[in-house]
Amino acid sequence: MRRRFRGVNEWVEHRTGIQSAVRQFLYEEIPASSGWHQVFGSVAMFLFMVQAFTGALLAFNYAPTPGDAYNSLRYILTELTGGRLMRGLHHWGASMIVVVVVLHMLQVFLYGAYKKPREATWMVGVVLLLLTLAYGLTGYLLPWDNRAYWGTVVTTQIAAQAPVLGPYLLRLLGGEGEIGVVTFARFYGLHVLLLPPATIFLMVLHIFLVRKHGVAPLPGDEAQPKKKFYPQQVFKDTVAIFIAFAILFMMAVAVRVPLEQLADPTDTSYIPRPEWYFLFLFQMLKLFSGPLEVVGSVVLPGLAVLLLILVPFIDRGQMVKVTRRGVALAFVLLAAIGWGGLTAAAVRSTPKETLAAAVDFSGPTDWMQLSPEEMVGIAYFRKENCVSCHAMGGHASAEGPDLTKASIHKDAAWMIQHFKRPSAMRPGTSMPPIQLTDAQLNSLAAFLLKLNEKNATALDNAPDFAVQGALLYQTNRCGGCHLVNGGGMRIGPPLNGLSKRQSRGWVEAHFADPAKMVPGSIMPPYKLAPKDLENLTSYLFALPD
Amino acid sequence: MVPPSEDEGTSRRNFYVVAIYGFWAAISAALGLPALVYLLFPPKAKKVDEWIEIGDIGRLALNSPVEMTFRRTRVDGWKVISEKSTAWVVKGAGDQVTAFGPQCTHLGCAYHWEESKGHFLCPCHTSLFASDGKVVAGPAPRPLDRYQTRLNGNRLLLGKLESPEKKS
Ligand code: FES
Repeated sequence: MRRRFRGVNEWVEHRTGIQSAVRQFLYEEIPASSGWHQVFGSVAMFLFMVQAFTGALLAFNYAPTPGDAYNSLRYILTELTGGRLMRGLHHWGASMIVVVVVLHMLQVFLYGAYKKPREATWMVGVVLLLLTLAYGLTGYLLPWDNRAYWGTVVTTQIAAQAPVLGPYLLRLLGGEGEIGVVTFARFYGLHVLLLPPATIFLMVLHIFLVRKHGVAPLPGDEAQPKKKFYPQQVFKDTVAIFIAFAILFMMAVAVRVPLEQLADPTDTSYIPRPEWYFLFLFQMLKLFSGPLEVVGSVVLPGLAVLLLILVPFIDRGQMVKVTRRGVALAFVLLAAIGWGGLTAAAVRSTPKETLAAAVDFSGPTDWMQLSPEEMVGIAYFRKENCVSCHAMGGHASAEGPDLTKASIHKDAAWMIQHFKRPSAMRPGTSMPPIQLTDAQLNSLAAFLLKLNEKNATALDNAPDFAVQGALLYQTNRCGGCHLVNGGGMRIGPPLNGLSKRQSRGWVEAHFADPAKMVPGSIMPPYKLAPKDLENLTSYLFALPD
Repeated sequence: MVPPSEDEGTSRRNFYVVAIYGFWAAISAALGLPALVYLLFPPKAKKVDEWIEIGDIGRLALNSPVEMTFRRTRVDGWKVISEKSTAWVVKGAGDQVTAFGPQCTHLGCAYHWEESKGHFLCPCHTSLFASDGKVVAGPAPRPLDRYQTRLNGNRLLLGKLESPEKKS
């Protein structure tokens, strides 16, 4: 058995040379001073592989078009076992890779490891940093929620500000006019088709260069005997990788990545925020205004990148001990303070509302929480076309007051009187009276009392089937026996979670003849038109559990 | 920490090697097992059996299969789609009605009824089925699949598609 194994090994080795290549790789000589400070490169490479892996798994259940992206992601999060974990790993992995890449660069920078002959290694590394950030930018759009949409609007507009190249860049990104299918396809294509091979190529080149010049020794190290890469340094790299992975895994499990509401280009109240590692750029932009804006958005970042690439040519002295590299240290401190200050300022200026409004839409959305009565209010709200005169949040110049401002809502009785004879309650108003019955006005008032800035868009987006379903629910007085979202009676069973208990066909058959499906039921039969039956059932099935 | 050298004794070296394999095994398991679950576990689908009315069978001739088309909604991943579907419906003696799924049990081609010969023919590899779904000739391994059926007067309702052999 053993002999046979040896035979196979020899055959493979003779034909491919894999074993000796691996051996050569592992038994590479490294300076005696190598150690824990050099683990970050390996960790970054590992995290890249985790991203590739989780990214591929997500792609298996993800439809990369604006029409489907959001729903398929929601499907991953709510329907698939382990889907939330996969997305968590991919999401937090993206942040982590930025952290680790920066740590890796800091180490190289502080030790001066970019010096002759390792300038090219450093420059390739800077390009890899830029690629890492490019993943962040393109991946940001892919959930196609409000955050993604508005973040990308800003990104593409910044790209458009670049001198000379701006308009072409914008066209390349498909960002002319509205952000839509074209931009989406370009971003997805970049994210999964162009960036990964580029990254792999540059990573291989980077490692090749590291191997070619050897791991950078500390000054005075040359005299000491070299050691082998394997197993001691591999062990240290592995420990670091394991720690990084453990942190990543814990974050993916414990920190829920929210999915905001579906991208809404008409949502004028949305304040986009970039990913945390771009916040400093976002804040810096605020320091420049008017014609100087391009300085903050393009010129300064461009210069910073150029400076970073040229580091090995600016600092050309001999290698010295880390502790003697005061200037480099001062530089790092300065950059850290600048970055930290700008980021802190950006975080502090984030308005509270947007945080509170970050409802996790992978769970039930706002309109699902409304009572049937309030839902019906939406129907009359739409029928009476209230938005032709009233704003719903934002700063649209409308005739009537903004209905999301809680201050204008009195109590229901006042509102109903106001609907009937607007001028009696608010002298001089140009609002026409609303011709609805008392019960209908009641619903309208109930809905308006629920309306606020935070839920306005979500409620405005309530699908028509649900509104129609609620209307049927009300006109047939289902609430006289049943409970929905905590309102109604308990004579019949509560209807939340119906979808978990019964199939659609069962429910529809049950409407037609309750006693047949549930012997002894006292519910009267309901002869509903097919469309009504469908709407009502869909509405009941959409209720939260 | 004294830098370990080549001749340091194998126990320390062994510790490194074991630790390296151990850590990587743990990482692979923590990534691989959830990945398998994610790919292999069925989605938490909600609705199951549904009865769909597909039409009037009052005027069907006895023992003469007819292809009936109908629409049904199906949960397809993150979408609920409404799609066209067909069934071969055969009216037997009495109130007996059978509805066959439209796919050949060999490799899934669409078959059709040959009126002159009195059997179902699958053109792909020439499987023949009798009007009761039994295999007459060809490579098909089992009789045609049947829908669950239910009659509401003359209106036929179809349920799940199942293989008559599994039903036993
Ligand atoms: S698929 Fe019908 S005979 Fe092969």
